[in-house]
Amino acid sequence: MIQPVESTSQSFVLLRLGERRFAVAAVQISELVAPSRIFRFPHRTPKLEGVILRRGRIVPVCDVAEKLLGKGLTSRRFYLIAVRHYGDKSEWVALPVTGDCELIAAEMTNAGEADAPHVAGWISHNGEVIEVLNLDALTPGAEELPISTGAADVLEARP
Amino acid sequence: MRVAAPPAKPHAAARTEQIILFRISGQPFAVSSASVQEVRSVDSLSGAATEINQPTLRKVRHVVRRGDKALYVVSGAAHFGLPAAAAGLVFVLRKTRTALLVDGIDKMATMTRLQSLPLAYCHEERAWYRGLTALDQNVIPVVNPEGFLTADEFALLDASLVPESLPDELPGEGMELPE
Repeated sequence: MIQPVESTSQSFVLLRLGERRFAVAAVQISELVAPSRIFRFPHRTPKLEGVILRRGRIVPVCDVAEKLLGKGLTSRRFYLIAVRHYGDKSEWVALPVTGDCELIAAEMTNAGEADAPHVAGWISHNGEVIEVLNLDALTPGAEELPISTGAADVLEARP
Repeated sequence: MRVAAPPAKPHAAARTEQIILFRISGQPFAVSSASVQEVRSVDSLSGAATEINQPTLRKVRHVVRRGDKALYVVSGAAHFGLPAAAAGLVFVLRKTRTALLVDGIDKMATMTRLQSLPLAYCHEERAWYRGLTALDQNVIPVVNPEGFLTADEFALLDASLVPESLPDELPGEGMELPE
């Protein structure tokens, strides 16, 4: 007798970095935009290139290729704007990608203990096994280094 | 492709702040004009400053006596890790014993919104900046006047001072800003 199987299919966005493809849960993706001007200023956080202006928001640009491919991107076609969680807060982060992105549905196998922290799981698509990225572990965030943030929570101009 | 956007924060009542746009090694920055007590030419410092040699704190090379306080002159280029450039002006900052060497002032402007530094920035820059502001389609970091020297660094500098060696107060030629 065949038992009914509950579908655990989820939506993922496939992104391309060089020759490899990775996946991010679609619920974490805001939009895919053409590259725009990056504003750079001095800082000490690795992997951050600067910020872009998007819909009135200032969005940090984080090149994750170095960590995923072992080398930075020489070209970029789009920025994938994703939601990154910092404890109970969330903010947008822009990830440079080198090719078109694709929305698919797939079942994810959760990451194992041997997988790197930035791997949330694995999906199979068109005969290819693809890493699902855990952006909270892949991109830098305040939990990495305890630094005094006395000036960080000012949101609006002060007179 | 648009899937979802995080909810936008409600707008607070519009408030504005006067800022000074300036450059260090060609890089634009902003500081609240209320944080700047005086703007002086670097030349006016030459007779008033004493050299200070703290090998672990290369960004401070001079100290100036201001009343009974020591005012430490911070190289903005060294602080931010920018290429060295000849400074033309020094900002004497309010409520901190710091003066900041800068290339020069671009202009004064009105800031209507200060966005906190994105949380992805998680190192020293969180103390360096109050946040970022978008101005004329540019994004400018707004410096935190209290972020140039830490309490430990002040203590280190204070300990290295020989009180008698401090020259008298800064001579004239500065432009004092109203609080």
